[in-house]
This record gives sequence, structure tokens and C-alpha cells, in this order.
Amino acid sequence: MTNQPPFIRINAVSRVFNGGNGVHDLSLDIPRGSFVVLLGPSGCGKSTTLRLIAGLETADQGSIAIDGKDVTSAPPSKRGLSMVFQSYALFPHLSVAENIIFGLKVRKTHKDEIKTRLTDALRVTGLEGYEDRKPAQLSGGQRQRVALARAIVAGHPLCLMDEPLSNLDAKLRHAVRKDIRDLQQRLGITVVYVTHDQTEAMSMADIVILMKDGRIEQVGNPADLYLKPATAFAAGFVGSPPMTLIPASALPASVIPDGLDANHLTFGIRPEDLILSTGQNDHPWGIPATVTGSEFLGAETFVFVAIPGTDGATARLPGRVEISPGTEVSLSWAGAAAHWFDGERGHRLTPTIPGTSAQDTKITSQPDTATSTL
Amino acid sequence: MNEMARLQKRRLALYGWMLAAPALALMSLFAFYPAIATFWHSLFSRGTSRRPSVFAGFENYGDLFADPTFWTVATNNLIYAGVTIPVSIIFALVMALWANAHIPARSFVRSAYFTPTILPMIAAANLWLFFYTPDLGVIDQITGFFGASPTNWLGQPETALASVIIVTIWKEAGFFMIFYLAALQTIPPDLHEAARIEGAGRWTYTRRVLLPLLMPTTIFVFVNAMINSVKLIDHLFILTKGGPNNASKLILYWIWEMAFAYFDSPHAAAMTILVLLALGLVAVAQFRLVEKRTHYR
Ligand SMILES: Nc1ncnc2c1ncn2[C@@H]1O[C@H](COP(=O)(O)OP(=O)(O)OP(=O)(O)O)[C@@H](O)[C@H]1O
Ligand SMILES: [Mg+2]
Repeated sequence: MTNQPPFIRINAVSRVFNGGNGVHDLSLDIPRGSFVVLLGPSGCGKSTTLRLIAGLETADQGSIAIDGKDVTSAPPSKRGLSMVFQSYALFPHLSVAENIIFGLKVRKTHKDEIKTRLTDALRVTGLEGYEDRKPAQLSGGQRQRVALARAIVAGHPLCLMDEPLSNLDAKLRHAVRKDIRDLQQRLGITVVYVTHDQTEAMSMADIVILMKDGRIEQVGNPADLYLKPATAFAAGFVGSPPMTLIPASALPASVIPDGLDANHLTFGIRPEDLILSTGQNDHPWGIPATVTGSEFLGAETFVFVAIPGTDGATARLPGRVEISPGTEVSLSWAGAAAHWFDGERGHRLTPTIPGTSAQDTKITSQPDTATSTL
Repeated sequence: MNEMARLQKRRLALYGWMLAAPALALMSLFAFYPAIATFWHSLFSRGTSRRPSVFAGFENYGDLFADPTFWTVATNNLIYAGVTIPVSIIFALVMALWANAHIPARSFVRSAYFTPTILPMIAAANLWLFFYTPDLGVIDQITGFFGASPTNWLGQPETALASVIIVTIWKEAGFFMIFYLAALQTIPPDLHEAARIEGAGRWTYTRRVLLPLLMPTTIFVFVNAMINSVKLIDHLFILTKGGPNNASKLILYWIWEMAFAYFDSPHAAAMTILVLLALGLVAVAQFRLVEKRTHYR
């Protein structure tokens, strides 16, 4: 937003492994002090991107600059960063304290300085009293914090994390997520964080970078990604349960916006935007569907429906909803809630709203209940 | 309930003994009993047809200490152990690090290092006999190329022990390398990456992470090397027969000589007991000292 130069600038970087996987022609700017999440399915090149920034992989092409300095061929230790590994990579023969100060000792930091920094790091991560334990004598969450302490003790302005929470149970993950975010804000460091868990990405990130097959699919803040997915892939990946994607040809022609070709079009709708109605239809239009099942989750109920010619859809209804499989329902949505994507290439299509007034009035003429759930 | 728990505990103890019993029986038969019998035997004098063997107390031991050969052989064996153990361990470690690195023809390097191990010691000794042959052997061919005069490596007291030591190292290092290689492969590569990010160079990583993590392997290899330094004498039969003038004679070879060449089994038994004692002491010291400072995963 400010016209500060980016903290990390990745320019047209490729790293292709034998077999053609890796990352391809990646360009990316990361602002100083931001929490950036690399998100994507397994094997999409998140770790490779992170390792390129860290210097553990060398780019085949392109350049990487950190804090205005070109580090494309600099070794990891010269890049002024720290890293938290998925496995934590703690040295098993060293105590917690020795693990944390390993780097400081290597860099021959002064003894007193090491001491104060260690105390700080232990306090910040809540590890006081565990200094003399070996990693094997710690729980998973404690090990994770040791790894975190080791990463922050050096005071580097950049911290890279590769799925640091994937070895923790769901509840702990939630707590640590918040801790990491708080820590990042307090220290004012830039964090590049890899995860394949979209909830983690959405809840932590300032900026989410969604990747697929070694390329960037979409960059934006979590709200952007959720509300305006740039591609059908992004739409399907972000959100839980994911957006329903169905070929537009299965829909009645009347709901297709003007200027879009139903034969090469994918329609997407978030589960919470889908309106389910049974019995006599008070909507002007509706897509017939059959309930196949439901899941009650306490605050909400997911209802799964089958639509002829598609893989089906999911609706998210507030509270407890009793609906038995086999029930015939009619599906509808508020016009603005629909997402349209190119059927082949998957990119987002924006119907020119003013021009498509005919459909617009038709669609929005129904009671606009969906907007309240947004 | 309490009764139940006690019964269960007793049953577990019984199972434990039952499982240990076969090994214990075999150990008693083939290790403990012979050791005790040897000790008993070492307390008697050597019987001849005219003078039957009589109880002699520790006289045999006194004879040994009075024999200058004993001191020569003991010194030889100490030198032998003092050189072969550390050198073969260091070679093994260096070769393992090298063979574990990402180098071309890695599997070739590994099998090349391992080849001496699969060769029987006797065959290896014959090979080296050829290497050491004065004038015609490979070594003299090479030194001769640089103008050195032929040397009788195995035939002169100054070089005989060293020549034997080299063969042992050559034979052992590849074997120990396999253990180091196996241990290296269990060390996750992340540790190296984490160390690199923390600014540790190759040497710092080796010293502060790799070597401590390899310590259990080093102890294992050390114990093996130590046992070998007493046990591995096959090549003496081919290369030097302990000569010249006892210059390359090792304890076990000497024991064999006493027992089966001079048929002096009481003295051989006494010497055997001394070796057992020495090895036992070393083992205890080792467990006390090293074990505590080693990290086992
Ligand atoms: N050293 C390597 N040699 C060959 N191919 C590799 C190597 N490292 C990664 N790859 C390939 O590159 C692609 C991207 O790998 P990467 O580790 O970046 O995936 P990822 O997004 O981190 O996946 P995950 O979420 O499973 O960790 C994968 O298809 C992988 O098979
Ligand atoms: Mg990964």
C-alpha cells in the first residue's frame, strides 16, 4: 500500500527438478512485516518456493532479492533469515537451550548477549524451565516451540516456516496458530508460512499466495480469495466445505448471465449462499435437486444434494435442519452470490452487471435471504 | 486383585528367564565353562610323561611375567591396537562421509570400499604378501620408480609390525564404514539444512552435530576394533609368523604358538586368562566413561 520497496522480491524464478516438477516462472513481491502464507495442494511447489527463498535450493533461472540485496546465489546463512521445519529439525543430542543458541554460538556471539537472548526467547515461547531437557523429552507442542524459539532468537527480520503445525493435534494447532501470529506482530518480522490447510491460511495470513502445479494461482488477502476467487481451482480450494462447482450447461438458461456461453462455463456457489426450499416453491425459479445426506455440526448443518448432470452440491444451513435423504428440493441463490468461471481455462468471468439487467432483475427479484448469511 | 498383580509379575519374571534360558545355557557351555576351565588349567604345571602335572598355584603367571617374549608381545599388541583402532575408525568415518555425499558413481565408491571386507583374511594376506614382496611387489615397484632400493617389508624387524598393521587397517576400515554409512543414513537431512541456515559450515556441522550423533556407532565400532586387535591374527600366519625375532608377534598368535606348537597348554591358559582380564577391565572402563556421555536415540 505504501510505496516502500518490497522486502522480498522474487523475479521470474524457476526451479525444475528432473521429471518436470518444481516451480515455474514465479514472480512475487512480499512487503516488509507481513504474514504471507503459501497455500496449495500437496506437490504444488510450496516447499520448493520456501527453500528457494531460504537458499536451500538454487534457482535455475530468475533472481531473488531480500531487503534490496540480490541473494540469488548467496548461501542460506548470508540471507539473514531463520526457518522452522515441518519436522522441527531439532538437534536430538542437544538440550533445549543449546538447540536455541546453536546459531548464536556458531556466529560467535558474545556470551552475555547469548544469555539475554536465550532468556528472552525462552520467555516469549513459554519454555522457561525446560532449558535442560532433550528434545526427546518434550511433547510435540513443546518441540514446536523450541523450533520457534530457535528461529526468533537470532533476531532475523525474516522467518520461514514449512508446515510447522502439521504434527500437532487440532486443538493445539489452533492455539499455536494464534501464538505464532501474535509473535510475528509483536516482533514485527516478515513471515513466509507454508501450509496446505486453507483454514490455517485464511486465519493467519495478511496475504495468501495460492499455488498449483508450480505456478501462482492467485495472490490476495484472505477475503479476496474467498469472495473473489480468481480461478475455479482457487474457488474449489479455499473454503470448507469447498465451493460447489458445476458446469453451467446443467443449469437452466435463464440463470446464465448475458454474454456468457453456457457451454464453456463453470458455475460456482458457496455452500452458505445456496438456498434450499422444499414443497411449494415461492421462488420465481429454482433448480430441482435431491437430498442425498446431511451432516449436523452443532452450529450448522451441511446438506448434500444431487443435481442431475453434475457432481452434486453442498448447502450450509444455520442451526439444526432435519431433512431426510431423498427429499426433493429446489435450489436458488442471490444473483451476486454466483461465481462464473471459464469452463476450460478456469479463470474468473465477471458478467458486466449493468448490461445484463434482464437476468439481473430476474434473479434478484426473489427474496434476498442469502445476503444475510454473508 | 493384589494377589493377581503379584502372580502376573511372577509369571512375567518366569517368561523372562525362559526366554533367556537357551542363550544362557549355550553361553555357559561355550563361554563361561571354558573360561573357568581355562583358569583352573592355568593353575597346574605342565605334565610330561615322567612328571605328571601338579597344582602350581600362580607359578605359570610368574613364568610369563619373567619371560621377555611376554613383554615384547604385549608391547607389540599395544602398538597394534593403538594404531589400528583409531586409524581404522578415522578412515571408516572419512570414507563413510565421502560415500554418503552426493558424488558421481556413489555405489561404485561404496562397493570399492567394502571389497576388502568380503575377502577372507587369509586371501587378503596372500594379496598383501604379493604387495610386500621385495623388489617384485607392487610397493617396491612404486618406491623403486622413485629410486628407492628394494625393502624386505615383512622380513625386517623395523617394518614387520607396521606392515601387518597396514593390512589390518585396510581390512577393517571398509567394514566399519558400513556401520557409519548406515548411521549416517538415519540422520535426517533437515538437520544439515537447519545447521546451514543457522550459519554452520561443513566442519562445524560435522563437529557439533554429526560426530555426536554418530557416537553410539563409534562406540560400537571401537569395541569391535578392540576385539579385533586381539582376535584378528589370521594374516600373521601368512605374512610373518610373528617374526622376525618376535617383531610382529601378537598375543593371540603367541598363545596359539605356546599351546599348539610347543604344547605348553598351562602357560597358554595363563596367558589367555590375562587377556580376558585385560579385556574385561577395558570393557568396564569403557561403559563407565563413554556410555554416560553418549546420546542414544
Ligand atoms: N529434490 C527433488 N527432486 C525431484 N523432485 C522434487 C524434489 N523436491 C521436490 N520435487 C518435486 O517438486 C514438486 C514440488 O515439491 P514441493 O516439495 O515444493 O511440494 P509442496 O507443495 O511442498 O508439497 P507438500 O504440501 O506435500 O509438502 C513435487 O512434485 C515434488 O515431487
Ligand atoms: Mg512441502
